[in-house]
Amino acid sequence: MFIINCPYCGERDQTEFTCHGEAHIARPEKPSEVTDEEWGKYLFFRNNPKGMHFERWTHDHGCRRWFNVMRNTVTDNIIKTYKMGEPRPEIPNE
Amino acid sequence: MSNQNRTTYGGKVDRNKPINFTFNGKSYTGYQGDTLASALIANDVHLVGRSFKYHRARGILTAGSEEPNAIVQLGIGARTEPNIRATEIELYEGLEAASQNCWPSVNFDIGAMNNILSRIFPAGFYYKTFKWPPSMWLFYEHFIRKAAGLGQSPTAKNPDRYEQKFFHNDLTIVGAGISGLLAALGAGRSGCKVLLIDENPELGGYLLDYDFSINEKDGKKWIKNITDELNGLSNVTILKRTTAMGYYDYNYLTALEKVTNHHSELSNTLPRERYWRIRSKKVILAQGAFERPLVFADNDRPGIMMASAGQKYLARFGVLPGKSVVLFTNNDHAYMTAYAFVKKGAKVTVIDTRESVNTKITEKCISLNIKIYKSYSIIKTYGDRKVNKIELQKVDKDQGQLIGEIESISTDCILMSGGWNPAVQLFSQSRGKLKYDLKLNTFVPDKLVKDQKIIGSNNGQFNLEENLNESYQAGFMLAKELNFNSVENIKWTGQEEIGFTHSDVEPYMLGKKKITQGSKHFIDFQNDVTAADIFLAQREGYISVEHTKRYTTTGMGTDQGKTSNVNALALMSHIHNKPVDEIGHTTFRPPYAPQTIGAIAGRSVNKLFDPERKTSIHEWHVGNKAVFEDVGQWKRPYYYPKNKENMHDAVKRECLAVRESLGILDASTLGKIDLQGPDTAKFLNMIYTNAWSQLDIGSCRYGIMCNEHGMIFDDGVTTRIGEHHYHMTTTTGGAARVMSWLEEFLQTEWLDMKVFCTSVTEQWSVLSISGPNSRVFLQDLTDINLSKESFPFMKFREGQVCGIKARVFRISFTGELSYEVNVPARYGKFVWEQFIEHGKKYNITPYGTETMHVLRAEKGFIIVGQDTDGSATPIDMNMDWIVSKKKEDFLGKRSFTRPDTIRPDRKKFVGLLINDKKTVLPEGSHIVEKALKQPPMKMLGHVTSSYYSPTLGHPIALAMLQDGLNRMGEQVLIPLMSGKVVEATVSDTIFYDKEGMRNNE
Ligand SMILES: [Zn+2]
Repeated sequence: MFIINCPYCGERDQTEFTCHGEAHIARPEKPSEVTDEEWGKYLFFRNNPKGMHFERWTHDHGCRRWFNVMRNTVTDNIIKTYKMGEPRPEIPNE
Repeated sequence: MSNQNRTTYGGKVDRNKPINFTFNGKSYTGYQGDTLASALIANDVHLVGRSFKYHRARGILTAGSEEPNAIVQLGIGARTEPNIRATEIELYEGLEAASQNCWPSVNFDIGAMNNILSRIFPAGFYYKTFKWPPSMWLFYEHFIRKAAGLGQSPTAKNPDRYEQKFFHNDLTIVGAGISGLLAALGAGRSGCKVLLIDENPELGGYLLDYDFSINEKDGKKWIKNITDELNGLSNVTILKRTTAMGYYDYNYLTALEKVTNHHSELSNTLPRERYWRIRSKKVILAQGAFERPLVFADNDRPGIMMASAGQKYLARFGVLPGKSVVLFTNNDHAYMTAYAFVKKGAKVTVIDTRESVNTKITEKCISLNIKIYKSYSIIKTYGDRKVNKIELQKVDKDQGQLIGEIESISTDCILMSGGWNPAVQLFSQSRGKLKYDLKLNTFVPDKLVKDQKIIGSNNGQFNLEENLNESYQAGFMLAKELNFNSVENIKWTGQEEIGFTHSDVEPYMLGKKKITQGSKHFIDFQNDVTAADIFLAQREGYISVEHTKRYTTTGMGTDQGKTSNVNALALMSHIHNKPVDEIGHTTFRPPYAPQTIGAIAGRSVNKLFDPERKTSIHEWHVGNKAVFEDVGQWKRPYYYPKNKENMHDAVKRECLAVRESLGILDASTLGKIDLQGPDTAKFLNMIYTNAWSQLDIGSCRYGIMCNEHGMIFDDGVTTRIGEHHYHMTTTTGGAARVMSWLEEFLQTEWLDMKVFCTSVTEQWSVLSISGPNSRVFLQDLTDINLSKESFPFMKFREGQVCGIKARVFRISFTGELSYEVNVPARYGKFVWEQFIEHGKKYNITPYGTETMHVLRAEKGFIIVGQDTDGSATPIDMNMDWIVSKKKEDFLGKRSFTRPDTIRPDRKKFVGLLINDKKTVLPEGSHIVEKALKQPPMKMLGHVTSSYYSPTLGHPIALAMLQDGLNRMGEQVLIPLMSGKVVEATVSDTIFYDKEGMRNNE
């Protein structure tokens, strides 16, 4: 049961949040111009790394904002939380 | 004779306060301070249950939460609880308990035949049985279920109240033995917020039962002094009778507090149990250790118990479990128990697996007349309901053989000690890593997780003085890390007569083949796993520790193998001749001990299980005998039966009233979202499949939302209220989902769009009036000009309705002339009642969701989630007209040209007319090409909606049908569960008023 540092509210219990899968998957600028394969990749393909993972969360029972989380899937340590629109952080050497 | 095994003095029971209880229907008396186990032993009751598989007679093995054998059915009726450890049940007046797992009685048990037939119950029995043909399994199931039950669940509703508490603090300490107490003292004196948890009714742990000294004074006095000081500290919370059950990430713990379980009278104010959810900055584990059984032939008879348990029964409860006692040990520490028993008049013989015992002990034993057999082992025990004799023989360690003459000793109690296993379950749950300690012959903590410490014997540290100092320091050092004032270190001294040290535990594992023959050497008492079973699992290839566990079921009982795991692993190591570290260990998972579901549920039961949402008009519906339907959390009127109408008749009457005159529906549950901002039109263009740029102020438009896969996920009407102001409606069930969907795209994709979404579902009551008389009816109650010219279909007007400021939408879900009147929720009931009163002359008829469904089906309007199932595009639903060809982009658009969505044979939305004009098809029925006697049959589609249409006088159905649009007029077959095959004709989806004249009136 994590403690998640909402970039807007601060540290809160995991029960207040929902995870929405991998982050930094941009919607194609012009969907009509991408191939079926590229569109399929956007729709269906996700990483499932053993280690550092970037994922989207919402603070549903709080500010209702979306933000990103960098989490190590092996230790479940949350390294960083950051606002939407901010760049993907560097993966630290652990 | 009562309490025949009670000592005349000593222990902490109050001999002036007798307590009456019954066990297996027989009455006994114990004393205040007893557990059920101590009271039973005091009354010379040793046979308390039958074992799980072989139904062997079993007694009381331990005196604590690790007990595998003495588990009982506690209480009767609705309060009865199975699998409760007699060793943990505090005695109360009127307590009723019974043995489990035995029929017809514990003394005469038919299942004990299994013991004799044990060759048909080898390890992996269940797996082997499952491999047989299913018909054989049916034969076995009956037999297994009857034999394998562990207690009975109550069948009546639980009358007790359970509560939950959330707790946030600096430091939680699990275990209030001497280590936990000193850590709490160190931290508590620093001023940090401490929670100290212990599963026992009394603080002090194992040292309550042994003689020791701290700073050269009586140790028990110290325990009292420390406890008193902690009780006086306002920053320290102490929870007794509380078991830490789970230890999760980020120092999150759950604990179960037994609040009134030990009371004979129910409390009106207190809950039965309280479930704690604890989040701590730091955690100290100080849970101590469990004594390890020795594995020898027939080591499971009643009267055989752990040495520390014997010590506890004697010291804590003043109960002498036997008068002619054999102590079987591989270490020095257990000799303290031999001394204690002699002091109370028992005759004690020691069988020590080791070749030498130190002189201090040897001399004391001589002085107490205790005979020691060195390098001996018990090789057999006797006694049906209680042990009465043992046989012993010398062990040649080098050869691994028994040598010399077999001797025998009469006895009424065997105390055994195989060393101690730190209680690492919680530590392991928290992802702490373990290592095998070759001196202690057990697993001890190795790598800790963040913000955690493990101290005392829980950490494999058994030296009293070192524990005192380390524990106190651990407490104040953690407080210091949290920036509390550090207290001064104190030097503690501590002494026990015989301390437990690493060097004197002999790795001792009987179970070599020659020794196992004939008798059973139990490893796991609760699940009846013997050394032979472990051997068998290895022979059959279940070598991984996880496989051995599942194949033999060792460690899988309600005790989670607290007494058995380490011995099983040690035996595996011995069999494979590999270090235990290489064998590894299984994963510990919560809960640490069995816990009630009631406590986990807490107050979230009955009405509080899930919130009920009611509209402001709800009371009127109740008063007018509506039958309700759950739609998500909403309670919606389903239909309003009059007199003794059944559902069919009520729905028929309601439908005809709408078509002929005037009906009224409470549509307040409809999701409503207020959208404002300069980019709202642009946003709607992306969210909906159709175009929104040209919508005038005061106009409504129907829209469909698709996900990026191109599948329909919600629909509704959105109205332009002002320049940058829109009112969106969603399905009742989809309101929250749509709100999140809008927010997701605004917050994650189109951060520059200026749109603000507010849920206003509960702010508006929606009264939908429908029928040819709705205009003439409503005109009398409003200042809005309702004429066809002034207020056409799909328009929106604001004005007064019944004197209340209202928003009126001219939209229709029934196909009739309709108005949706929105008033602030606090006026909903008032306006509704006005409508009912003024509508009498038009026979205004309230209708429910079923009538709404029938009327919309007659018109072929879809219900998202009923006619669609997340795999239908708008094109599949023949709604190409709502998919914009001009817009370059909107959510889902790109997917409409994916190979799968342009497949020509996709299922399409069609109508079905049933040929016999009678049968109402069950929704979900399959449509097939050819009806065969039994499946498989080629399926062409399925029925999504099906009703009897009162307007048309025959049944109608909507369906998804492969290539449906090219099958118009064709016959299809629908086989029913009954075997009957129904014939139907494929039609379009609009059954009534195909031209749509009625709602354009
Ligand atoms: Zn927040």
